[in-house]
Amino acid sequence: MVAGEEHKAPPYMIVFVVLGVLTVLEVLFAFTSLPKLWLAVGLIVMALWKAVLVAMYYMHLRFEPRRLWILAASPIPLAIILVVVVIQEIF
Amino acid sequence: MTTMTTDRAPMAGMKVYHLKLGMWVFLLSEVMFFTGLIGSYIILRFAHPEAFGAPGEVLNVPLTALNTFVLICSSVTMVKAFAAIEQGDQEGLKNWLMATIVLGAAFVGVQAFEYTILVREGFVPMAESYHAIARTAAEGSEVIGGPLYGATFYMMTGFHGTHVSIGVLCLCFTLWRARQGAYTAGSLGGVEIMGLYWHFVDLVWILLFTIVYLI
Repeated sequence: MVAGEEHKAPPYMIVFVVLGVLTVLEVLFAFTSLPKLWLAVGLIVMALWKAVLVAMYYMHLRFEPRRLWILAASPIPLAIILVVVVIQEIF
Repeated sequence: MTTMTTDRAPMAGMKVYHLKLGMWVFLLSEVMFFTGLIGSYIILRFAHPEAFGAPGEVLNVPLTALNTFVLICSSVTMVKAFAAIEQGDQEGLKNWLMATIVLGAAFVGVQAFEYTILVREGFVPMAESYHAIARTAAEGSEVIGGPLYGATFYMMTGFHGTHVSIGVLCLCFTLWRARQGAYTAGSLGGVEIMGLYWHFVDLVWILLFTIVYLI
């Protein structure tokens, strides 16, 4: 967070409970008999949700200036490009 | 909530203090590092699905889910340490840092225990002993990409475990500094920077656990 800036105390314990519940749901979901594609999509959505919660509240990104947001998001397109371009070699 | 001090004086351009900006830039390089590892795993798995086991077939999902929860708990104790020193609570800072160290060490310990069991069962990076290979060999198909599962598994989880171990050592240093009274409500940059690293390690594990153990 920006030094010296006032903000409401982040809901650390609520985020903790959500992370715990999502972890349990992930494990239960992984062993359901859904088609593999749906399983993968559901699991990745839950994992990304958890990752966003950690970044927003525990790493305080939610309370940071916009420029740091842009900086923090900068490797995401690079990461997507890296995987998508290389994976095309397979198909 | 906090007062502006010299160690957290924001830089003109980014509006964050220099230590934090440095840690974020370092973490972004770490994002690309882990993207290389996770991306390689995804690509290899698409290319050679026969070389990888189904969830729970080889890896111990309940044990690792518990370990994931331990790491999530350590993230909570880390933010509690930060919140404590924000309020000027020195004892709270030391206690929560100690709890984070214990939980981080427990995570590494469980991972070492998991490795021991896997190696004993024959799941090693040189995967002749991996039973998926035995399965495909028994089916008469050509064994392609056999060592991939073990190699990628130990590469990803090993590098992450190394990051956690380094984090635990850094936490010990932070606790030592806290015991010397180095941090106050107006000078807590070191705790915040340590927290950023620790939460990043937690974030990476959240993704690794899903990709490696559950999918």
